[in-house]
Amino acid sequence: MEKTINIKVKVWRQAGPKAKGHFETFELNNISTDSSFLEMIDVLNEKLISERREPIAFDHDCREGICGMCSLYINGHPHGPDDEITTCQLHMRKFKDGETITIEPWRSAAFPVIKDLMVDRRAFDKIIQAGGFISVNTGGVPDANAIPIPKKNADLAMDAASCIGCGACVAACKNGSAMLFVSAKVSQLALLPQGQVEAARRAKAMVAKMDELGFGNCTNTGACAAECPKGVKLSNIARLNREYLCAKLKD
Amino acid sequence: MAKKQNIIDEAKEAIQKAAETVTETVKDVVEDEKTQKIVKQVKQTAEKVADKVQEIIDAPETKEAADALKDAAGKVADAVKAAVSGKSEKIITPKDAKIPEGPLAEKWTNYKAHQKLVNPANKRRLDIIVVGTGLAGASAAASLAEMGFNVLNFCIQDSPRRAHSIAAQGGINAAKNYQNDGDSVYRLFYDTIKGGDYRAREANVYRLAEVSNNIIDQCVAQGVPFARDYGGLLDNRSFGGAQVSRTFYAKGQTGQQLLLGAYSALSRQIGKGTVKMYSRYEMLDVVVIEGRARGIIARNLVTGRIERFFGHAVVIGTGGYGNTFFLSTNAMASNGSVAMQIYRKGAYFANPAYAQIHPTCIPVHGDFQSKLTLMSESLRNDGRIWVPKKLEDAKALQAGKLKGRDIPEEDRDYYLERRYPAFGNLVPRDVASRAAKERCDAGYGVNSTGLAVFLDFSDAIKRLGKDVVAAKYGNLFQMYEKIVDENPYEDPMMIFPAIHYTMGGIWVDYELQTSIKGLFCIGEANFSDHGANRLGASALMQGLADGYFVLPYTIQNYLSDQITVPRMSTDLKEFADAEKAVEAKISKLMGIQGKRSVDSIHRELGLVMWDFVGMGRTAEGLKTALVKIKEIKKEFWSNVYIPGTAEGLNVELEKALRLADFIEIGELMARDALNREESCGGHFREEYQTPEGEALRQDDKFSYVSCWKYQGEDQEPELIKEPLDYEFVQRQTRNYKA
Ligand SMILES: Cc1cc2nc3c(=O)[nH]c(=O)nc-3n(C[C@H](O)[C@H](O)[C@H](O)COP(=O)(O)OP(=O)(O)OC[C@H]3O[C@@H](n4cnc5c(N)ncnc54)[C@H](O)[C@@H]3O)c2cc1C
Ligand code: SF4
Ligand code: FES
Repeated sequence: MEKTINIKVKVWRQAGPKAKGHFETFELNNISTDSSFLEMIDVLNEKLISERREPIAFDHDCREGICGMCSLYINGHPHGPDDEITTCQLHMRKFKDGETITIEPWRSAAFPVIKDLMVDRRAFDKIIQAGGFISVNTGGVPDANAIPIPKKNADLAMDAASCIGCGACVAACKNGSAMLFVSAKVSQLALLPQGQVEAARRAKAMVAKMDELGFGNCTNTGACAAECPKGVKLSNIARLNREYLCAKLKD
Repeated sequence: MAKKQNIIDEAKEAIQKAAETVTETVKDVVEDEKTQKIVKQVKQTAEKVADKVQEIIDAPETKEAADALKDAAGKVADAVKAAVSGKSEKIITPKDAKIPEGPLAEKWTNYKAHQKLVNPANKRRLDIIVVGTGLAGASAAASLAEMGFNVLNFCIQDSPRRAHSIAAQGGINAAKNYQNDGDSVYRLFYDTIKGGDYRAREANVYRLAEVSNNIIDQCVAQGVPFARDYGGLLDNRSFGGAQVSRTFYAKGQTGQQLLLGAYSALSRQIGKGTVKMYSRYEMLDVVVIEGRARGIIARNLVTGRIERFFGHAVVIGTGGYGNTFFLSTNAMASNGSVAMQIYRKGAYFANPAYAQIHPTCIPVHGDFQSKLTLMSESLRNDGRIWVPKKLEDAKALQAGKLKGRDIPEEDRDYYLERRYPAFGNLVPRDVASRAAKERCDAGYGVNSTGLAVFLDFSDAIKRLGKDVVAAKYGNLFQMYEKIVDENPYEDPMMIFPAIHYTMGGIWVDYELQTSIKGLFCIGEANFSDHGANRLGASALMQGLADGYFVLPYTIQNYLSDQITVPRMSTDLKEFADAEKAVEAKISKLMGIQGKRSVDSIHRELGLVMWDFVGMGRTAEGLKTALVKIKEIKKEFWSNVYIPGTAEGLNVELEKALRLADFIEIGELMARDALNREESCGGHFREEYQTPEGEALRQDDKFSYVSCWKYQGEDQEPELIKEPLDYEFVQRQTRNYKA
């Protein structure tokens, strides 16, 4: 049933990449519990604009949990308190009347803040550019049904491929490691016959790039998988480690 | 006597007028041979009649003579008008549209066999700007770079992987016939033409169906994890408007997987240095030099800097303009601005009125709502759509006193199955949307606003078991539950139509080139393949067909004579002027300092669009819309408030620039809808319907593509027509009943 609640939001404000940030607190009344978290911020921004103040900058686009653009660290959790959803899918019914909600950007050395709650995640693109693909050109490929792929493998590959590249795993990790993200791509492609040809090279190149870009080491805390909005599993990290070891042994 | 003289004078005047009409019309007529001949004949006849009239005047002034005279004069005028009418307008011929000669099935093969190519050494010297990283943009950028061109690729989001295409759920069509259910290239072609209500170009659609199979091969090779059956082969599902299962899918995330495939190919090229990627950049204008597109002006969204980029050719893949309606299923940054920028520089905007309203979206629930969420069409494979039969049940549902599951089977009206027995719940989108509106207008809506119908899975759960339903649609059910807070396994989903896709867009020829040389347009941004209504799972097909398999060929036909053109300096006057104009526009916007937020004005525009340019359109409503949009435009340009400065990141400024264009698009949509006095596909004019409420086309008058040509600010655009002559299929009234 629709209700309304009154809340306080404590938001990280930072004018630019080099500026010093600080928290600012706002009061918001009569927020519908049916509205989404981002719609709550829309309401707040409308209010700020009407008071001729600068609205809060935050990333978002699809607002249905698939583009991976939204990236808020809410009350100590990337994507907030609900399980297996993104920030944009979070609804205000998860919050209580009178509650103070703290909103911060992803915090990681590899994701510098651009403004307020927006961060630069191009490091993820760079990791993919290092090897997160199968080297085929357009045209000249075999018929799609030429190689049957066991349904189990296809399904596992699909699960790994569900990663939306949001970076919550990095934000959740005390070491700022990108292992879950990297392992999801390595697993997806290693599980498919098309991807096996380059599997070893891919694993090595992506891990090397990840290290180079300032992501931390993985110490198996599991925080990443616990916060991943798409349920990407830790078993992918185990698979990556296997692929990586094999590749190193071959050297 | 005086009276007779009067009659004669009147008649003389009429003749003079007729003569003037001739001269006037001749002046505007297109310079093609056939028209010239007709005009010449008309002129000669007119002269002959005039001579005859003179003879009569010279003869005794009898009443009969005078009457005959008047009559003759009238006939001249009519004959002239009839002969020249339809000819006084500009027309795009198949030759202008560069449609290859020959039988339908051989056109594309012939084209490829005879087109000009660019050799590898020269490719390296040519720069191509690709704007957009959706399915169309990313696949084009990757393929062009693989071929050896030097590519500059732009997108608004922080990463090319986040383009709006990522959100497509249901699937992608191809004519593989893996299910052995009688599918073929011709059938996919035919279904697409018919689904588009006979308002698409035959040659383009056939090519689309032809290359559809290559797309599936390509994606599998890239590692796209399409759904498979236990034998390890690819699985298919069916979508609206088809009687075969030709839709390939990757759970409910097909767009995501296809885009990630294209993104990985693109990333490979970025890694190699053949594509230079500009993310968080927004194109603000195209630069035209001596009639050819030679670059763009773009704003770095992080620093706010306006920058210039040169390209030997420019490719636009910036998606659709559904967000004109404020609330739509499109991503928040989806926009129509690039389309408007190039329209203002001379590219024709085709069929702006054709917008698709998707039948299965989560209904609007509050005035804080920022966007609408689609529930994939694939749900109509197993879900049944209904409303109560009894008005009192509907009232109780609206008041929250009853739940869907409380209504017994015999009191449910499965209105799609009732009205369209052959296609049932799988009728095309426009038909399903209108049927829902019809029931809700009649008072049978099932939620508190009365604007929703049920999509019910209880039969499917009984038939297949909950696990099978969950495996097929689990993520969609979860999405629904998170938003609506109801469990669709227990209570039927509530859905309502929403704006989803725009079939209209920038006019392109067979080569996907716009009416500006060197400027190409691909994906949802162009108008080409879906006519007046797009079938489900065909947008992904078209985006990838354009980007992987069509544009990389056709663009070479253009570039082959550009190999001697050196890279141009962006210091040229044309670049400087374009940049200055962009800066002037931005400072004008920043300077308004009014009272209203961008969103509040956008919402207002959206309501006008939905009420008057939405599912049911009338001449009167469209005229009202035109007046209201003018008022909104005035309000925007005098009362919008953009906080902050133009330097650095400023989201409100980005939105304001897009809204300025949405307002213009809204106007163009209303104008086109008003001109099109017929109902076809997604364009439903209430004045033109059958007694059963089905769309009534007017093939004799409107079997053409409306191409609008910009004539200057606040000027009425010129209408140019591309007639659609069906050579290979017979036009029929769409029938999904039997
Ligand atoms: C919810 C949803 C579900 C759908 N499901 C299906 C489906 O199941 N099957 C199907 O066939 N179709 C589906 N569609 C339709 C389909 O997704 C789109 O038509 C298609 O993805 C459009 O692709 P595109 O490449 O043309 O444009 P988009 O994916 O919209 O990409 C546009 C690109 O242009 C960039 N851009 C825009 N403006 C600028 C600018 N000014 N400067 C720089 N860059 C710019 C953007 O950043 C982006 O990269 C669905 C659509 C929606 C909304
Ligand atoms: S693994 Fe999960 S948390 Fe990490 S980027 Fe992918 S979706 Fe986000
Ligand atoms: S806005 Fe796209 S995932 Fe949240």
